[in-house]
Formats: sequence, C-alpha cells, structure tokens
Amino acid sequence: MREISFSQAIVEATAEEMRRDPNVCVWGLDVGPYGGAFGCTRGLYEEFGPERVFDMPISELGYVGMGVGAAATGLRPIVELQFSDWITLPSDALINQAAKMRYMFGGVLAVPMVLRAPVGGYLAAAGQHSNSYESMFAHIPGLKVVLPSTPYDAKGLLKSAIRDNNTVLFFEHKKLYEIKGPVPQEEYTIPLGKADIKRPGSDVTVVAYAFMVRKALAAAEQLAQEGISVEVLDLRTVSPLDEEAILNSVKKTQRLVIVQETWRRCSVGAEVAAIVAEQALDYLDAPIVRVTARDVPIPFSPVLENYVLPQEADIVAAVRRVVHA
Amino acid sequence: MEIPRETLIRMLELMLKIRHFENRVKELFAAGEMPGFVHLYLGQEAIAAGVCATLNQDDYITSTHRGHGHIIAKGADMKYMMAELYGKATGYNKGKGGSQHIAWPGLGILGANGIVSGGIPIATGAAMSARLRKSGQVAVAFFGDGAANEGAFHESLNIAAAFCLPVVYVCENNLYGVGTRQSCVRKIENIADRAAGYGMPGVVVDGNDVLAVYEAAYEAVTRARSGEGPTLIECKTYRWRTHFEGEPDTYRPPEEVEAWMRREPIAPYRRHLIEQGIISASEAEALEQGVIAQVDEAVAFARNSPFPAPESALEDLWA
Ligand SMILES: Cc1ncc(C[n+]2csc(CCOP(=O)(O)OP(=O)(O)O)c2C)c(N)n1
Ligand SMILES: [Mg+2]
Repeated sequence: MREISFSQAIVEATAEEMRRDPNVCVWGLDVGPYGGAFGCTRGLYEEFGPERVFDMPISELGYVGMGVGAAATGLRPIVELQFSDWITLPSDALINQAAKMRYMFGGVLAVPMVLRAPVGGYLAAAGQHSNSYESMFAHIPGLKVVLPSTPYDAKGLLKSAIRDNNTVLFFEHKKLYEIKGPVPQEEYTIPLGKADIKRPGSDVTVVAYAFMVRKALAAAEQLAQEGISVEVLDLRTVSPLDEEAILNSVKKTQRLVIVQETWRRCSVGAEVAAIVAEQALDYLDAPIVRVTARDVPIPFSPVLENYVLPQEADIVAAVRRVVHA
Repeated sequence: MEIPRETLIRMLELMLKIRHFENRVKELFAAGEMPGFVHLYLGQEAIAAGVCATLNQDDYITSTHRGHGHIIAKGADMKYMMAELYGKATGYNKGKGGSQHIAWPGLGILGANGIVSGGIPIATGAAMSARLRKSGQVAVAFFGDGAANEGAFHESLNIAAAFCLPVVYVCENNLYGVGTRQSCVRKIENIADRAAGYGMPGVVVDGNDVLAVYEAAYEAVTRARSGEGPTLIECKTYRWRTHFEGEPDTYRPPEEVEAWMRREPIAPYRRHLIEQGIISASEAEALEQGVIAQVDEAVAFARNSPFPAPESALEDLWA
C-alpha cells in the first residue's frame, strides 16, 4: 500500500470531504496560499478557491465563534487553530456555545463544526506551545475529542469528524505530522468513539493515544525481548471513550498501564482508571499504573522538558512494575 | 525637541546591541546550538530602542514572541538572555522560559509572550497597579499588527481610556502576521485610527526612524505619567527575516524585502549623530566594537553555563 504522511492524510481527508459536500469549508490562520503552519491545508486554496478556503485575522474568539454560527446555519466549517495552546481564547465559543446549543435548545439545532489543532511537546517549544488540553475538553458534555496516532487513522477519523453532526475537536500531535504510514487510495472512514488494538498482547494492557501510542509500541517491542506480551490499545477518541474496548482488553490481560502525554490530575487517564476500577476491579492482578506528564507547565530547556514529559523508559518501567507486582 | 546627548548615544548603543545579538542568534540557531524556535527582531530595532529610551528602569513593559529587542532595550544583560535561549540554568528564567518567555521584574520586564496579544491586558493591569499604588510608573505594551485584531487589544484600550490609565500601546506594524499580509484581513490602513474609537490619541510614526519613535513615545509617556491617560502609537516597520528562523519566505515579494532593507534604521542614525557632532566616527566604531565584545561574552557565558538539574523542573510552580 502507498505511504503518505500524517499531514498529507489530513489534507486528503479534507479535500475529499470538500469535493463530496460543497458546504465544507476551511478557515484559520495562514490556511490559504500558505498552506497551514504544518502544511495541513496545502493545495486546498488552489483547488477550492478563496470562497471556501480563507485566511483569518488573529482573532480566535471571532473566527472560532463564527464557526459555531456557520455550522448552525448549514455549513460544515473546519476551523484550524495554528496551535491548540490558545484554544483558551475561543473556549467560550466551544464550551458555552457549541457544546450546549443543541441540548439547551431542546435539540432544535446542531453545530457540525470541526476544530483542528496541533498538540504536544518534545520540541523545546516551552510553556505556551507544547500543551495537550484534551482532558479539559473531554470533561465537557457535548464535545467530541479525537486524537489520532497514525496517518491511516487521521484520514479516516477526520472524514468521520467532518460528517458528524456535533462539534468535534480534532487534535493532531506535532511530532506525528511528518511520519508516514500506509493509507489506501480507496475511500474509507473510521467511526468516532472506537478504540483500536495497535498491538495485541496477553500480559498487560497499555492504553495510550496520540503520540504516546508510538512510545507505547516502542516500549512493547523492547518488553517483548524480556518475554512480556504487551497489548497496546489506542483510544483514538477520548470523548466519547470506548469503554467496551478498554474493559475487554483489561479483562483479558488483567493488568493496566495508562500512558498520556498531558498532566495527571483530572485527566483522560484518570477517567480510564476510574472506569476500570468501577467495572473491572475484580479482574485486576495488580494496581493500575499511570505514566503521565508531571503536573507543572512544560518547561523550555530539553533537559527539563524530558523530565516533565513521559518517556519510553517510563513506560517500560511501569509495565515491569505491574507485571512483577 | 531637545534630546540629551547620553540618550542619543544610548539609543545607538541599544540598536547596535539588538542588531548584533540577533545576528548572532541567527547564526547560532542555524548551527543547531539552540533548541526550540526563535523569532528575530532584525529591522525593527528603532522601535524598542526609541520607546525604552523614554522609560525609567522601574517602568513596565510587556513583550511578544519577537521579544529579544524589547528586553535588550529595557536594560537586560545579554549574558543571561543568551543563557536562557540556550536553556541553561544561568538564564534569566533558569531555562524554563526560553526565547519566547523572558521576564525580569527588576527591570520592569513582565514577560515576552507566546500568546499573541497576551501582554496587552497585562500591561494595562500593571498601569492600573501603578495608579493605585501612586508609584508614578508607566506601562508599555509592545505588540504586532496582527495582535491588534485580538479581543484583548480592543478590550484593554477601552478599559485604559475609561480609567485614564498610565499605559502606552506600541503597535509594531510590520505588515505581516506569519504568512498573512495583514491588509488582507483588516479593512483600515492605520491601526492608530482605532484609538479614536476608544477615546485616546492615536499616532502613526516611521518605526525605522528612532528619533521619530522617541518623540512620539516621549509625548505618550509624559501624558501617561502626568495622569492624562493612554496613547496608541503605531510604528510602521518591517521584519527582515521570516516569521521564525527556518521558515521559507514564500509569501513576501523580494522587492518589498529589499526596499525595506534599504530603509535600514541604524546606519542613517549613526551618520546623523556624527554629522551633528554628537559622537565622532571613531567613538561610534568603539561603541560598536564594545557591543560585539559583549555579544561574544554572552555567547561564551551561555556555552559554558550548566544545564539546569532535571528535578528543578518541579520548582517554581507555587509562590
Ligand atoms: C493567540 C495566538 N494566535 C496565534 C498565534 C500564532 N502566532 C504567533 S506569532 C503570530 C503572528 C503575529 O503577528 P504580529 O502580531 O503582527 O507580530 P509579528 O510576528 O509580525 O511581530 C501568530 C499568528 C499565537 N502565538 N497566539
Ligand atoms: Mg506583524
């Protein structure tokens, strides 16, 4: 199968959906002729023109809020934030408007908007360009939150996100953009809310998502040499969570390590642990272990950043701990 | 306007410091010596120098992602700045901040900022604080033309005017925000015109003319300090480099870049000072050589400094 990069997969998914549905359009900073800060809108302006692909002023509340209004009135806007770090600025449009409009108004309207935004660290980009805020948004009823880990998943999930009648936050890890992977020529979609076993195993389940899936897979490879069989479960969507897939895997392996790049407190990992504790505690042979960022802002200096963010060695150590418990 | 001789020379020195610091950062970054990203201030030196020359050490500034120039002009030591850019323990912020996040309260530097417009309300708050404390301090917010489209800009200007706060808003209009020509996403030509909507003076100056910047800033700072309220100053300028180092320049016509580089701010000012007998050619040369030596020293200091201890990442979260 041909291989394309994660960012090309984003472009392809967007272009295909724009061809399929004239109501799909794209706006954000530098998404026009420039092609997006990470190349995820490359070629779209040339193919679809300034009516459907356009640059915005640096006015996050304005252009994300506009996405809500446009989505409520028939468009399917894909709004790009240059970095997800300043999703804080338009958060009212997301949290108080997009997430609530359908419910608050008794189901009489829908907000089919996709907000795409890069997340993640490991780039010495410091405290305002390295964040992963998915846990905060997973907390909000009415928002779907997706974090793909491969080009294949990125394409299939983005197409579903665009077709979804709800607001979807689509977070793309910056370390994944250039990574290539197999993506078929033929059209396909991947349903939101479904996890995926990226590596089957029998001794321990490692739940991860986004860039951490790669770290978990590398750790699993290393642990296989020690005779430990790791199952890597990629959540892909953190809201809604695929509880069934998590529970099934844990019931099989009876051990659980949860890996996430973001902070520990009140996070996606905490939710996964709670679900397992509530519904599968009897199956566990060892306490759950979480591998997460330490609860401080992401520091600039790589020696500090590497200390704060989870590393492959931390996953290896965590797996050994639960296996030898 | 009569500008003291020391101030005139100081502005030349500040511009030279910024120029040489940034040129060195450009080289060192390209050589892979620095982690992360850098946004250079080359071409805009006259603005930071002209504005900060009107300020006292305890006056406040807020800066941006393109902040090295502001921080140097406010009196920072290039050694500790360079060390911060290298992520070293001896940097102003112990390697936690890096290029986009240098702060030093002792010099009134309330932080460079990675969030576009993030500093504007902070400067406004510092001005409110100065007023309530009756300290006589003034706050200056530096920001770009792109930032002037954020809500934070509009909300802050309204509040500052309504409360007659001692703050000066300095917009550095370099025509672009990343790869977007800002005239494509803004209807009006002059950002300074927005001042009228909030009830404060709006002034347009040539941002490549340090004397023009100084005069406009002097008037605004004097107004602010004497309780007459805020001013918006728009400085027309251009950044010589791409948005960040390493970004391909696909969006600016080369003739435009060349035309602006011919309008370089330092050489004409230096000539002017020599012609006016403020400084001799050899004194100017000695000044520049001294600046280059300081930059060399800053690089050596940064290179020889230790990295922070990994566990220090857990310090400084709580006061
Ligand atoms: C809130 C926010 N939106 C977008 C960005 C990404 N970004 C960083 S700098 C920049 C351009 C800023 O343009 P301008 O204010 O004109 O400053 P200049 O870079 O020209 O100095 C953008 C869009 C950001 N850092 N913060
Ligand atoms: Mg600009």
